[in-house]
Amino acid sequence: MSFAHLQIVTPGEVITTDTSFLRGHGTYTGSSGELIASVAGVVERVNKLLTVRPLRSRYVGEIGDIVIGRVIEVLPKKWRMDIHARQDGILMLSAINLPGGVQRRRTVSDEMNMRSFFQEGDLVSCEVQQFYQDGSMSLHTRSLKYGKLDNGVLVAVTPSLIKRSKTHFQMLPCGVHVLLGNNGYIWVSPPLPEAAAVMEADDAAAA
Amino acid sequence: VHFTVFYRGFDSSPSIMPVEFISPEGLRLDGRRFNELRKVSCKLGVVSKADGSAYVEQGNTKAIVTVYGPREVIRKAQAEHDRAIINCEFGMASFSAMHRKKSGRPDRRGIEMARLIQQTFEAVVMTQLFPRTQIDIFVQILQSDGGQLGACMNATTLALIDAGVPMRDYVCSVHAGCIENTPLLDINHQESMAHGPDMPVAVLPRSGKICLIQMDAR
Repeated sequence: MSFAHLQIVTPGEVITTDTSFLRGHGTYTGSSGELIASVAGVVERVNKLLTVRPLRSRYVGEIGDIVIGRVIEVLPKKWRMDIHARQDGILMLSAINLPGGVQRRRTVSDEMNMRSFFQEGDLVSCEVQQFYQDGSMSLHTRSLKYGKLDNGVLVAVTPSLIKRSKTHFQMLPCGVHVLLGNNGYIWVSPPLPEAAAVMEADDAAAA
Repeated sequence: VHFTVFYRGFDSSPSIMPVEFISPEGLRLDGRRFNELRKVSCKLGVVSKADGSAYVEQGNTKAIVTVYGPREVIRKAQAEHDRAIINCEFGMASFSAMHRKKSGRPDRRGIEMARLIQQTFEAVVMTQLFPRTQIDIFVQILQSDGGQLGACMNATTLALIDAGVPMRDYVCSVHAGCIENTPLLDINHQESMAHGPDMPVAVLPRSGKICLIQMDAR
Protein backbone atom coordinates (compact mmCIF):
# COMPACT_ATOMS: atom_id res chain seq x y z
CA MET A 1 0.00 0.00 0.00
CA SER A 2 1.69 3.20 -1.12
CA PHE A 3 1.51 6.31 1.03
CA ALA A 4 2.75 8.69 -1.64
CA HIS A 5 -0.71 10.20 -2.14
CA LEU A 6 -1.02 11.21 1.52
CA GLN A 7 -0.27 14.83 2.28
CA ILE A 8 1.21 15.19 5.76
CA VAL A 9 1.23 18.64 7.31
CA THR A 10 2.35 20.22 10.57
CA PRO A 11 0.97 23.31 12.35
CA GLY A 12 1.47 26.53 10.44
CA GLU A 13 1.81 24.85 7.04
CA VAL A 14 -0.31 26.27 4.24
CA ILE A 15 -2.51 23.52 2.80
CA THR A 16 -3.98 25.50 -0.07
CA THR A 17 -4.35 29.12 -1.14
CA ASP A 18 -7.59 28.34 -2.97
CA THR A 19 -10.28 30.18 -1.02
CA SER A 20 -13.13 28.08 -2.37
CA PHE A 21 -12.42 25.22 0.04
CA LEU A 22 -14.41 24.83 3.24
CA ARG A 23 -12.49 24.79 6.49
CA GLY A 24 -12.80 21.59 8.54
CA HIS A 25 -11.28 20.35 11.78
CA GLY A 26 -7.56 20.82 12.19
CA THR A 27 -7.37 23.90 9.97
CA TYR A 28 -7.80 27.64 10.23
CA THR A 29 -7.79 30.52 7.74
CA GLY A 30 -4.90 32.90 7.43
CA SER A 31 -4.97 36.61 6.76
CA SER A 32 -5.35 36.32 2.99
CA GLY A 33 -7.86 33.48 3.05
CA GLU A 34 -5.40 30.60 2.70
CA LEU A 35 -6.09 27.39 4.60
CA ILE A 36 -3.46 26.58 7.26
CA ALA A 37 -3.07 23.38 9.26
CA SER A 38 -3.31 23.63 13.04
CA VAL A 39 -2.36 20.05 13.92
CA ALA A 40 0.19 17.57 12.63
CA GLY A 41 -1.59 14.98 10.55
CA VAL A 42 -2.94 13.85 7.21
CA VAL A 43 -4.99 16.10 4.96
CA GLU A 44 -8.37 14.62 4.08
CA ARG A 45 -10.57 16.03 1.38
CA VAL A 46 -14.27 15.33 0.89
CA ASN A 47 -15.53 17.37 -2.08
CA LYS A 48 -14.88 20.93 -1.00
CA LEU A 49 -14.24 20.21 2.69
CA LEU A 50 -10.63 20.03 3.85
CA THR A 51 -9.77 18.61 7.24
CA VAL A 52 -6.53 17.54 8.86
CA ARG A 53 -6.80 14.32 10.84
CA PRO A 54 -4.26 14.48 13.69
CA LEU A 55 -1.85 11.59 14.10
CA ARG A 56 -2.63 11.37 17.82
CA SER A 57 -5.60 12.75 19.62
CA ARG A 58 -7.99 12.08 22.44
CA TYR A 59 -11.28 10.44 21.52
CA VAL A 60 -13.51 12.72 19.46
CA GLY A 61 -16.94 11.17 19.36
CA GLU A 62 -19.74 10.90 16.87
CA ILE A 63 -23.39 10.22 17.59
CA GLY A 64 -23.99 6.47 17.54
CA ASP A 65 -20.51 5.46 18.66
CA ILE A 66 -20.18 2.66 21.17
CA VAL A 67 -17.95 3.67 24.06
CA ILE A 68 -16.84 2.05 27.29
CA GLY A 69 -16.79 4.44 30.20
CA ARG A 70 -15.76 4.27 33.81
CA VAL A 71 -17.98 5.93 36.40
CA ILE A 72 -16.08 8.70 38.16
CA GLU A 73 -18.80 10.43 40.11
CA VAL A 74 -22.46 9.96 41.02
CA LEU A 75 -24.36 13.25 40.69
CA PRO A 76 -28.05 14.07 41.13
CA LYS A 77 -29.87 12.13 38.38
CA LYS A 78 -26.70 11.46 36.38
CA TRP A 79 -23.33 9.75 36.35
CA ARG A 80 -20.07 11.33 35.20
CA MET A 81 -17.98 8.88 33.13
CA ASP A 82 -14.36 8.87 32.03
CA ILE A 83 -14.35 8.02 28.32
CA HIS A 84 -10.80 9.15 27.50
CA ALA A 85 -12.12 12.18 25.63
CA ARG A 86 -11.42 15.84 26.17
CA GLN A 87 -14.33 16.07 28.56
CA ASP A 88 -16.09 13.50 30.71
CA GLY A 89 -19.25 11.91 29.37
CA ILE A 90 -22.60 12.27 31.13
CA LEU A 91 -24.97 9.32 31.57
CA MET A 92 -28.39 10.52 32.63
CA LEU A 93 -30.58 8.46 34.94
CA SER A 94 -33.37 8.73 32.38
CA ALA A 95 -31.08 7.25 29.70
CA ILE A 96 -30.37 3.85 31.26
CA ASN A 97 -32.25 0.59 31.02
CA LEU A 98 -33.87 -0.33 34.30
CA PRO A 99 -33.28 -3.92 35.47
CA GLY A 100 -35.91 -6.24 34.11
CA GLY A 101 -36.33 -4.07 31.04
CA VAL A 102 -39.34 -2.34 32.56
CA GLN A 103 -40.30 1.00 31.02
CA ARG A 104 -41.50 3.50 33.61
CA ARG A 105 -40.78 6.98 34.88
CA ARG A 106 -37.85 7.30 37.21
CA THR A 107 -39.11 7.80 40.75
CA VAL A 108 -37.53 9.52 43.69
CA SER A 109 -36.46 6.15 45.05
CA ASP A 110 -34.58 5.52 41.78
CA GLU A 111 -32.78 8.79 42.36
CA MET A 112 -31.86 7.81 45.89
CA ASN A 113 -30.63 4.38 44.83
CA MET A 114 -28.48 5.34 41.88
CA ARG A 115 -25.55 3.43 43.30
CA SER A 116 -27.57 0.23 43.00
CA PHE A 117 -27.35 0.69 39.21
CA PHE A 118 -23.79 1.98 38.74
CA GLN A 119 -21.19 2.84 41.36
CA GLU A 120 -17.92 4.75 41.17
CA GLY A 121 -15.37 2.61 39.37
CA ASP A 122 -17.88 0.53 37.38
CA LEU A 123 -17.30 -0.01 33.68
CA VAL A 124 -20.33 0.61 31.50
CA SER A 125 -20.75 0.10 27.76
CA CYS A 126 -22.96 2.76 26.23
CA GLU A 127 -23.72 4.67 23.06
CA VAL A 128 -23.21 8.36 22.33
CA GLN A 129 -26.63 10.00 22.20
CA GLN A 130 -25.88 13.65 21.57
CA PHE A 131 -23.44 16.47 22.22
CA TYR A 132 -23.85 19.34 24.62
CA GLN A 133 -23.04 22.93 23.65
CA ASP A 134 -19.53 22.80 25.13
CA GLY A 135 -18.64 19.61 23.28
CA SER A 136 -19.16 17.06 26.07
CA MET A 137 -21.05 13.86 25.26
CA SER A 138 -24.37 12.58 26.53
CA LEU A 139 -24.46 8.77 26.72
CA HIS A 140 -27.25 6.20 26.93
CA THR A 141 -27.61 2.47 27.55
CA ARG A 142 -31.05 2.11 26.04
CA SER A 143 -30.54 -1.37 24.63
CA LEU A 144 -30.00 -4.77 26.15
CA LYS A 145 -26.56 -5.04 24.62
CA TYR A 146 -25.29 -2.11 26.72
CA GLY A 147 -24.89 -1.98 30.46
CA LYS A 148 -22.46 -2.72 33.25
CA LEU A 149 -19.44 -4.82 32.32
CA ASP A 150 -18.05 -7.33 34.73
CA ASN A 151 -15.91 -10.43 34.68
CA GLY A 152 -13.38 -9.42 32.06
CA VAL A 153 -10.30 -7.34 31.24
CA LEU A 154 -10.10 -3.75 29.97
CA VAL A 155 -7.41 -2.92 27.40
CA ALA A 156 -6.78 0.75 26.63
CA VAL A 157 -5.35 1.75 23.24
CA THR A 158 -5.25 5.00 21.34
CA PRO A 159 -8.66 5.81 19.78
CA SER A 160 -7.28 6.26 16.27
CA LEU A 161 -6.63 2.51 16.08
CA ILE A 162 -10.33 1.62 16.31
CA LYS A 163 -12.00 1.74 12.92
CA ARG A 164 -15.70 2.48 12.76
CA SER A 165 -17.58 -0.63 11.62
CA LYS A 166 -21.07 -2.06 11.77
CA THR A 167 -20.49 -4.42 14.68
CA HIS A 168 -18.26 -3.62 17.59
CA PHE A 169 -19.22 -6.74 19.47
CA GLN A 170 -16.97 -9.46 18.14
CA MET A 171 -16.60 -13.13 19.01
CA LEU A 172 -13.09 -14.38 18.40
CA PRO A 173 -12.66 -17.95 17.12
CA CYS A 174 -10.89 -18.92 20.35
CA GLY A 175 -14.15 -18.37 22.24
CA VAL A 176 -13.46 -14.90 23.62
CA HIS A 177 -15.94 -12.04 23.45
CA VAL A 178 -14.43 -8.67 22.53
CA LEU A 179 -16.16 -5.30 22.68
CA LEU A 180 -14.26 -2.61 20.75
CA GLY A 181 -15.17 0.78 22.13
CA ASN A 182 -14.65 3.66 19.71
CA ASN A 183 -12.88 5.57 22.46
CA GLY A 184 -10.01 3.10 22.53
CA TYR A 185 -11.21 1.04 25.50
CA ILE A 186 -11.53 -2.64 24.59
CA TRP A 187 -13.37 -5.11 26.81
CA VAL A 188 -12.27 -8.75 26.67
CA SER A 189 -14.51 -11.24 28.44
CA PRO A 190 -15.76 -14.82 28.34
CA PRO A 191 -18.79 -15.31 26.07
CA LEU A 192 -22.12 -14.52 27.69
CA PRO A 193 -25.29 -16.25 26.50
CA GLU A 194 -27.56 -13.19 26.61
CA ALA A 195 -24.98 -11.02 24.81
CA ALA A 196 -24.67 -13.69 22.13
CA ALA A 197 -28.45 -13.69 21.64
CA VAL A 198 -28.49 -9.91 21.23
CA MET A 199 -25.59 -10.09 18.75
CA GLU A 200 -27.43 -12.69 16.68
CA ALA A 201 -30.52 -10.51 16.60
CA ASP A 202 -28.37 -7.56 15.50
CA ASP A 203 -26.71 -9.60 12.73
CA ALA A 204 -30.12 -10.79 11.54
CA ALA A 205 -31.42 -7.22 11.48
CA ALA A 206 -28.34 -5.97 9.64
CA ALA A 207 -28.48 -8.76 7.06
CA VAL B 1 39.96 40.31 28.01
CA HIS B 2 37.41 38.95 30.50
CA PHE B 3 38.18 37.38 33.79
CA THR B 4 36.03 34.74 35.32
CA VAL B 5 36.08 33.08 38.71
CA PHE B 6 36.52 29.31 38.72
CA TYR B 7 36.08 27.08 41.74
CA ARG B 8 38.93 24.66 41.64
CA GLY B 9 38.74 21.15 43.05
CA PHE B 10 36.84 20.31 46.23
CA ASP B 11 38.23 22.97 48.52
CA SER B 12 36.02 25.69 46.89
CA SER B 13 38.88 28.17 46.94
CA PRO B 14 38.40 30.59 44.06
CA SER B 15 41.02 30.98 41.42
CA ILE B 16 40.94 33.75 38.85
CA MET B 17 41.85 32.88 35.27
CA PRO B 18 41.56 34.91 32.10
CA VAL B 19 39.02 33.43 29.68
CA GLU B 20 38.85 34.18 26.00
CA PHE B 21 35.17 34.08 25.08
CA ILE B 22 35.99 34.93 21.49
CA SER B 23 39.41 34.01 20.15
CA PRO B 24 41.21 36.28 17.69
CA GLU B 25 40.12 33.89 14.91
CA GLY B 26 36.47 34.39 15.92
CA LEU B 27 35.94 31.03 17.67
CA ARG B 28 33.98 30.71 20.90
CA LEU B 29 34.86 28.50 23.85
CA ASP B 30 33.24 25.45 22.27
CA GLY B 31 34.62 26.15 18.81
CA ARG B 32 31.50 27.73 17.32
CA ARG B 33 31.36 30.98 15.40
CA PHE B 34 29.24 33.86 16.65
CA ASN B 35 26.15 32.85 14.63
CA GLU B 36 26.27 29.09 14.98
CA LEU B 37 23.75 27.03 16.92
CA ARG B 38 24.60 24.10 19.12
CA LYS B 39 23.72 20.62 17.96
CA VAL B 40 19.97 20.05 18.28
CA SER B 41 18.26 16.69 18.60
CA CYS B 42 14.69 15.87 19.53
CA LYS B 43 12.45 12.88 20.09
CA LEU B 44 8.66 12.76 20.29
CA GLY B 45 6.49 10.37 22.22
CA VAL B 46 9.06 9.49 24.88
CA VAL B 47 6.43 9.18 27.65
CA SER B 48 3.80 6.76 26.39
CA LYS B 49 1.30 7.42 29.18
CA ALA B 50 1.02 11.13 28.42
CA ASP B 51 -1.09 12.58 25.60
CA GLY B 52 2.06 14.13 24.18
CA SER B 53 5.72 14.33 25.10
CA ALA B 54 9.02 15.52 23.68
CA TYR B 55 12.69 15.41 24.59
CA VAL B 56 14.99 18.11 23.23
CA GLU B 57 18.75 18.44 23.44
CA GLN B 58 20.41 21.72 22.54
CA GLY B 59 24.10 21.17 23.04
CA ASN B 60 24.39 20.01 26.64
CA THR B 61 21.03 21.40 27.71
CA LYS B 62 18.41 18.65 27.91
CA ALA B 63 14.71 19.23 28.50
CA ILE B 64 11.75 16.86 28.61
CA VAL B 65 8.14 18.05 28.41
CA THR B 66 4.93 16.06 28.90
CA VAL B 67 1.50 17.35 27.93
CA TYR B 68 -1.84 16.12 29.25
CA GLY B 69 -5.04 17.28 27.68
CA PRO B 70 -7.21 18.91 26.76
CA ARG B 71 -8.93 17.13 29.60
CA GLU B 72 -11.59 17.77 32.21
CA VAL B 73 -10.73 20.60 34.59
CA ILE B 74 -9.69 19.27 37.98
CA ARG B 75 -10.58 22.37 39.98
CA LYS B 76 -14.06 23.39 38.85
CA ALA B 77 -13.65 26.96 40.07
CA GLN B 78 -10.87 27.55 37.55
CA ALA B 79 -12.82 26.33 34.51
CA GLU B 80 -13.41 28.89 31.78
CA HIS B 81 -16.75 28.62 29.99
CA ASP B 82 -15.40 29.58 26.58
CA ARG B 83 -11.83 28.28 26.38
CA ALA B 84 -9.26 25.85 27.74
CA ILE B 85 -6.94 26.92 30.56
CA ILE B 86 -3.25 26.12 30.31
CA ASN B 87 -1.33 25.05 33.41
CA CYS B 88 2.41 24.83 33.33
CA GLU B 89 4.77 23.39 35.93
CA PHE B 90 8.50 23.83 35.58
CA GLY B 91 11.17 21.90 37.44
CA MET B 92 14.90 21.50 37.26
CA ALA B 93 16.22 18.09 38.24
CA SER B 94 18.49 18.19 41.28
CA PHE B 95 21.30 16.75 39.16
CA SER B 96 20.85 19.18 36.26
CA ALA B 97 23.15 22.04 37.26
CA MET B 98 26.77 22.29 38.34
CA HIS B 99 25.91 21.95 42.02
CA ARG B 100 23.28 19.58 43.34
CA LYS B 101 20.09 21.39 44.20
CA LYS B 102 18.05 20.31 47.18
CA SER B 103 14.77 20.09 45.33
CA GLY B 104 11.88 21.18 47.50
CA ARG B 105 9.39 23.90 46.88
CA PRO B 106 9.58 25.34 43.35
CA ASP B 107 11.76 28.44 43.55
CA ARG B 108 10.87 31.87 42.21
CA ARG B 109 12.79 31.38 39.00
CA GLY B 110 10.93 28.15 38.31
CA ILE B 111 7.58 29.81 38.88
CA GLU B 112 8.58 32.64 36.55
CA MET B 113 9.68 30.22 33.81
CA ALA B 114 6.41 28.32 34.12
CA ARG B 115 4.43 31.53 33.86
CA LEU B 116 6.37 32.63 30.76
CA ILE B 117 5.74 29.31 29.03
CA GLN B 118 2.07 29.42 29.97
CA GLN B 119 1.57 32.94 28.67
CA THR B 120 3.39 32.22 25.43
CA PHE B 121 1.34 29.15 24.63
CA GLU B 122 -1.94 30.74 25.63
CA ALA B 123 -1.44 32.99 22.63
CA VAL B 124 -0.53 30.18 20.24
CA VAL B 125 -2.77 27.25 21.22
CA MET B 126 -6.33 27.54 19.93
CA THR B 127 -7.89 27.34 23.36
CA GLN B 128 -11.31 28.59 22.25
CA LEU B 129 -11.97 25.20 20.62
CA PHE B 130 -12.11 23.40 24.00
CA PRO B 131 -14.29 25.15 26.55
CA ARG B 132 -14.24 23.86 30.13
CA THR B 133 -11.02 21.89 29.74
CA GLN B 134 -7.44 22.26 30.85
CA ILE B 135 -4.12 21.54 29.19
CA ASP B 136 -1.30 20.57 31.58
CA ILE B 137 2.30 21.12 30.54
CA PHE B 138 5.01 19.60 32.73
CA VAL B 139 8.53 20.80 31.94
CA GLN B 140 11.63 19.21 33.41
CA ILE B 141 15.25 20.19 32.81
CA LEU B 142 17.49 17.14 32.99
CA GLN B 143 20.75 18.94 32.26
CA SER B 144 21.30 22.68 32.06
CA ASP B 145 24.07 24.36 30.13
CA GLY B 146 22.47 27.68 29.25
CA GLY B 147 19.43 28.39 27.13
CA GLN B 148 16.96 26.58 29.37
CA LEU B 149 13.95 28.71 28.47
CA GLY B 150 14.67 28.29 24.76
CA ALA B 151 14.98 24.53 25.01
CA CYS B 152 11.77 24.36 27.07
CA MET B 153 9.81 26.39 24.51
CA ASN B 154 10.97 24.16 21.68
CA ALA B 155 10.25 21.00 23.62
CA THR B 156 6.80 22.28 24.64
CA THR B 157 5.94 23.03 21.02
CA LEU B 158 6.86 19.50 20.00
CA ALA B 159 5.01 17.95 22.92
CA LEU B 160 1.83 19.88 22.08
CA ILE B 161 2.11 18.81 18.44
CA ASP B 162 2.59 15.20 19.59
CA ALA B 163 -0.57 15.49 21.69
CA GLY B 164 -2.60 16.74 18.71
CA VAL B 165 -3.41 20.09 20.33
CA PRO B 166 -4.32 22.63 17.61
CA MET B 167 -1.85 25.51 17.40
CA ARG B 168 -1.41 28.45 15.06
CA ASP B 169 2.26 27.76 14.40
CA TYR B 170 5.45 26.37 15.90
CA VAL B 171 7.10 28.38 18.68
CA CYS B 172 10.83 28.52 17.95
CA SER B 173 13.10 29.89 20.60
CA VAL B 174 16.80 30.54 21.17
CA HIS B 175 18.97 32.63 23.47
CA ALA B 176 21.24 35.43 22.32
CA GLY B 177 24.01 37.24 24.17
CA CYS B 178 26.63 39.89 23.65
CA ILE B 179 30.24 39.69 24.86
CA GLU B 180 33.01 42.13 23.94
CA ASN B 181 30.64 43.96 21.59
CA THR B 182 30.01 40.78 19.62
CA PRO B 183 26.48 39.37 19.45
CA LEU B 184 26.43 35.62 20.08
CA LEU B 185 23.75 33.12 19.11
CA ASP B 186 22.67 30.27 21.41
CA ILE B 187 24.84 31.05 24.40
CA ASN B 188 25.80 28.33 26.82
CA HIS B 189 26.02 28.60 30.61
CA GLN B 190 29.55 29.98 30.73
CA GLU B 191 28.77 32.66 28.17
CA SER B 192 25.61 33.66 30.01
CA MET B 193 27.63 34.17 33.21
CA ALA B 194 30.08 36.54 31.50
CA HIS B 195 28.50 39.77 32.73
CA GLY B 196 26.70 40.25 29.45
CA PRO B 197 23.02 40.07 28.55
CA ASP B 198 21.07 36.84 28.10
CA MET B 199 18.15 37.40 25.78
CA PRO B 200 15.69 34.58 25.06
CA VAL B 201 13.54 35.23 21.99
CA ALA B 202 10.59 33.13 20.82
CA VAL B 203 9.01 33.62 17.39
CA LEU B 204 6.28 32.15 15.26
CA PRO B 205 8.20 31.38 12.07
CA ARG B 206 5.39 31.63 9.52
CA SER B 207 4.38 35.15 10.42
CA GLY B 208 7.64 36.25 12.01
CA LYS B 209 5.75 37.47 15.08
CA ILE B 210 7.67 37.59 18.32
CA CYS B 211 5.78 35.95 21.16
CA LEU B 212 8.41 36.28 23.87
CA ILE B 213 11.39 38.53 24.34
CA GLN B 214 13.20 39.07 27.59
CA MET B 215 16.58 40.27 28.72
CA ASP B 216 18.51 39.17 31.81
CA ALA B 217 21.94 40.27 32.85
CA ARG B 218 24.14 38.75 35.49
